Amino acid sequence: MSPIAVEVIIFLIKAVLIINGLLMSAAYLVYFERKISAWAQNRIGPNRVGPLGLFQSFADVFKLYFKEDVVPKLADKRFHLIAPVISIGIAIGVYAVIPFGDSFTVNIGGAATKIWLAVTPHVNVGILFILAMTSLGVYGITLAGWSSNNKYSLLGGLRSAAQMISYELSMGLALISVLMMAGSLDLTEIVHKQAGGSWNVFFQPLAFIIFLTASFAETNRTPFDLPEAEPELVGGYHTEYSSMKFGLFFLAEYINMVTACAIMVILFFGGWNAPFLYEALALPEGSPLLALTQFGVMAAKMIPFLFFFIWVRWSVPRFRYDQLMSLGWKVMLPLALANIAITGVVMVILKHFGIIS
Amino acid sequence: MSVTVLLFGILAVVAVASGISTVMSRNPVASAMSLVLHFFTLAGIYLTLQAQFIAAVQVLVYAGAIMVLVVFMIMLLNVGREEQMRENPGYRTIIGTALGVMLAFQVGKTAFTDVAGRHVLPPGSAVTGTTEALGETLFKMYLFPFEAVSLLLLVAVVGAVILAKRKI
Amino acid sequence: MGENNIVVSYLPLIVMVAVGFVFGLSNVFLAEILGSRRNKTNVKLDTYECGMEPVKTARERFSVKFYLVAMLFIVFDIEIVFMYPWAVKFRELGEIGLVAMLLFMALLFAGFVYVYKKGALTWD
Repeated sequence: MSPIAVEVIIFLIKAVLIINGLLMSAAYLVYFERKISAWAQNRIGPNRVGPLGLFQSFADVFKLYFKEDVVPKLADKRFHLIAPVISIGIAIGVYAVIPFGDSFTVNIGGAATKIWLAVTPHVNVGILFILAMTSLGVYGITLAGWSSNNKYSLLGGLRSAAQMISYELSMGLALISVLMMAGSLDLTEIVHKQAGGSWNVFFQPLAFIIFLTASFAETNRTPFDLPEAEPELVGGYHTEYSSMKFGLFFLAEYINMVTACAIMVILFFGGWNAPFLYEALALPEGSPLLALTQFGVMAAKMIPFLFFFIWVRWSVPRFRYDQLMSLGWKVMLPLALANIAITGVVMVILKHFGIIS
Repeated sequence: MSVTVLLFGILAVVAVASGISTVMSRNPVASAMSLVLHFFTLAGIYLTLQAQFIAAVQVLVYAGAIMVLVVFMIMLLNVGREEQMRENPGYRTIIGTALGVMLAFQVGKTAFTDVAGRHVLPPGSAVTGTTEALGETLFKMYLFPFEAVSLLLLVAVVGAVILAKRKI
Repeated sequence: MGENNIVVSYLPLIVMVAVGFVFGLSNVFLAEILGSRRNKTNVKLDTYECGMEPVKTARERFSVKFYLVAMLFIVFDIEIVFMYPWAVKFRELGEIGLVAMLLFMALLFAGFVYVYKKGALTWD
């Protein structure tokens, strides 16, 4: 086989794995969200479809496919269709740069081929790409709100757009203090810099809290779910959506949640680094088993964050819109700026005394 | 044909098509979305020129920030279809056509003049486009312009507030 | 692939984004094929307004506050973009880099204080 064919096949396998992985994790996140909400509210939760209700999400997906797609007659048909596609396209596209481990080497047709656990490994502007894509996510929601020609949708879409761009600033600023320590925008490189237990969260707790809060706002999760605040706006931007178009918005929301958790683990919790584990296993460099372990470590670290996202949703009431905007602009923005200045000064002093290079 | 040339060809066609669609669309929102697509393809073209950081920033700032403002503006003013605000085209069409012909002539002249080595990127250009190299240049060679930019942005902040908040 | 243009290493990224959009589109069309097609009555296709008859359309003008937020966002976003190359090179730039950025941030903060004092950040 020619090397190009090998590359193409590897890409296809990765793309299929990622999309299926995302669909499965979104399906089970929905299931666990419902189970955890039931537990929080002293109910039983889904338990009819399959053992313990485990197939509930699949039943829901099939139902969505067979639903009637109602497009309001006053809606702008073109943008009504494009809006959910933009949302899901961006949610999936982000995974082009997210690494789930290092690389492993396999023998394909007599040639040793290095396979990275990321679609595009070592992107020089990895973090910037993620930020750029999430900033485009605003369009999916704004267009959905505008094209529906419904007052609730429009208000939901606009609120969401203003909220997302406001919190994007704090998110970007929180990232900068991490980048100052890592010295690279490449996600794999950032993980490598945290090897040996020097996770960024220990040095940048404030940046982590700002980033965590901002990612709640970016994914439109409670307590920042004002775009779809159901008591006031019915369903927010997806009021006029039904069938799989609604399903795609729903899917994008859960995929964005997984993305946010993956990025937090990579930036602040050392990615697939784990103390003592790799030394204890002593797997050879480049073996598929090592890569699999790294993926497992990364996934294991993401689970507590995913649980946290769901837990918060069923514990914390929603913000009022003026509170939300003033938290973003008046509290988080100056805090993030101060964090950068403090990080800079401390790092220069430490360097002066030769503690860090 | 190399991958780069092929990719450039695809991106250029989409860029020109979305550019034309921006100008020709009757619906202002459709026009704005075409412009977003156009910025996206421009980012791709920057990538073929090895400018990685600029490509990411192109999407982040132009498509992700400036176009959000444009879309907000369209919705804020509730700009309807173009017919409502069309005036007599007259002299605009003539000047526009003249400028268009001049541009086409310039582009054509450049495209068909053969300059040796024009199609080859200078060696080391892959490094020049990285974030690290940009930081090096910006903060060592162009430190003063960088500080001047912050002054410019300060003026922009003041201007934005004064425009939007009349009664302070 | 013999080329050393970096765009080749970005190809999977570009294709992956395209795959995401194709996935979305194909799902919409799949639902179009599978979905039920009952007769769409005039009332069903009306805009949802809690069961009441819709009053006018949603094509209304709205508050200038959203516009102000978007404008302030652009300015601060551009400032943040300038910080990325600095953050990546911070260790090498050392004290001079820190002083340069603190000056930059001071002006940014001055703008922020101005906006704050003018009440532009207060959502009323």
